Amino acid sequence: MLTSGPVLTAFLIGAIAATTSGVIGVFSVLRTQSFAGHSLADIATTGGAGAFLVGVNQFWGFLVAGLAAATAMEAIGVQRRRDRDIATGVVLGGALGIAALFLYLGTQHTSRTGASFSILFGSIFVVAPDTVPAIIAAGVVAVATVAVLSRRLLLTAVAPELARARGVSVRLTGIIFLAALAVVVSLSAVAIGAVLSTALLVGPAATALRVTRSPGKAVLVSAVTGLAATWTGIALAYESYYWPPAGHGWPVSFFVVALVLVAYLLSYARKPRRMPPRSPHEEAAECSPA
Amino acid sequence: MFPLLQLDGVGVRLGGRQVLSDVSFTVGKGEFAAIIGPNGAGKTTLIRVILGLRPTSAGRVIKGVNGAGAGRVGYVPQKIVIDSDIPLRAWDVVALGLDGHKLGFPFPSRRRREQVEQALQDVGALGYADARVGELSGGEQQRVLIAHALVSRPQLLLLDEPLANLDLRSEQEIVTLLGKLAREHEIAVLLSAHDMNPLLPVMDRIIYVANGKVATGSTDEVVTSEGLTRLYGHPVDVLRVRGRVVVVAGD
Repeated sequence: MLTSGPVLTAFLIGAIAATTSGVIGVFSVLRTQSFAGHSLADIATTGGAGAFLVGVNQFWGFLVAGLAAATAMEAIGVQRRRDRDIATGVVLGGALGIAALFLYLGTQHTSRTGASFSILFGSIFVVAPDTVPAIIAAGVVAVATVAVLSRRLLLTAVAPELARARGVSVRLTGIIFLAALAVVVSLSAVAIGAVLSTALLVGPAATALRVTRSPGKAVLVSAVTGLAATWTGIALAYESYYWPPAGHGWPVSFFVVALVLVAYLLSYARKPRRMPPRSPHEEAAECSPA
Repeated sequence: MFPLLQLDGVGVRLGGRQVLSDVSFTVGKGEFAAIIGPNGAGKTTLIRVILGLRPTSAGRVIKGVNGAGAGRVGYVPQKIVIDSDIPLRAWDVVALGLDGHKLGFPFPSRRRREQVEQALQDVGALGYADARVGELSGGEQQRVLIAHALVSRPQLLLLDEPLANLDLRSEQEIVTLLGKLAREHEIAVLLSAHDMNPLLPVMDRIIYVANGKVATGSTDEVVTSEGLTRLYGHPVDVLRVRGRVVVVAGD
């Protein structure tokens, strides 16, 4: 398995997508922007399909559409909870409709019927080697950006008002974060597909938030969970070539998403650290001077 | 007494409407002052003006002695609800008060740890420093947020409705804590509240906001039937019942 070039590339791309998604996922869950991540993924699908139609590598399509969507979302405020319902119905539906058109025209044009599948559900075994450096660079830039902004992102998550009082531009921080999120969604779209990239973004982060208490540990657990799910998923997909129906490997994205789900469910098995509700009597006893 | 905060004839216009006019008062070192007034009177607007988050249409706001140390204002906003799934311990929230506006990662140092622990101790929250902040009670969260505001050693502590949504016991504890901070740490405390009664034992100065104007002084000077009738512009009765003050609309 490890002697095959495409498989090694898959492990590398998978590692980048999983760790960057894990890191940024924690912040997007914290900021209640998981849904923004999903919206970006839907619109990235359109970009991927458009790139396929004009014969460009899908990664660039995902990236350009994702960044454009992030800018537009900031401008019209899609990431705000109240506007989400409307945006879901109109904008995201429309974006996926256009993606369907692009994919239809593209497959008519080039007779590559596998393209729809690879855009929607990933193409990690067939990543063009010349996009690998760009993917690595994009991942590094996104994670570095979030690392630099980490304290401001946490402060804003506690209360935007606190950040404003300290002279932080909450809006600018939000725009930059959304751009980094768009980049990560594009990476993840290459690995497990545009429509499933949210799973890699939200699943490991949600798992980590259930089992850790400090932000540093949450980021670490999230990245490791995503990486474990992705590498195991790739290995299983490779092995599945020998499973029934023989000669047809199962999709990587299925394994990755299934493993992420398992990790999330397992996090429920851990006893939550929530303190039991205390009676006023106990509270009074605790507050009285010793 | 050095004024740490001085407002001179401040006016505020919001959307073409004059919401506050001719607001003047000072708060000195170690003084406990409260902005009191009915809901919608402009208490939060006044606090945002002092923070520099809202522009004034007239007058000036001077922070610090002769403007020095103007940035050292600790702030506790109103109605913060911290979700229980936020992976932040009480300790982390206080540390963000020290350097949460900075870029990059904090450099872990002994000094930083001591500063955070000192602030937690000052508010009596050291016992739950390691607990997830979202899982603490309302009163405990309020203490943590006060520690967040205190950790940078401000000269002025500004709190917007810190007693809202607290049970009676927590309310009393927070008032006692803030009074102690003003007396022992010589911090100027300025807070807003819609009810002055819990604050009567510790309050040095009242800033009563109503009808777009303020009246300031000691409670006895400001909270009288004549004074408030003049401020509200319609008849108001002030009743004192067993050490409590009740303001009711008159005939």
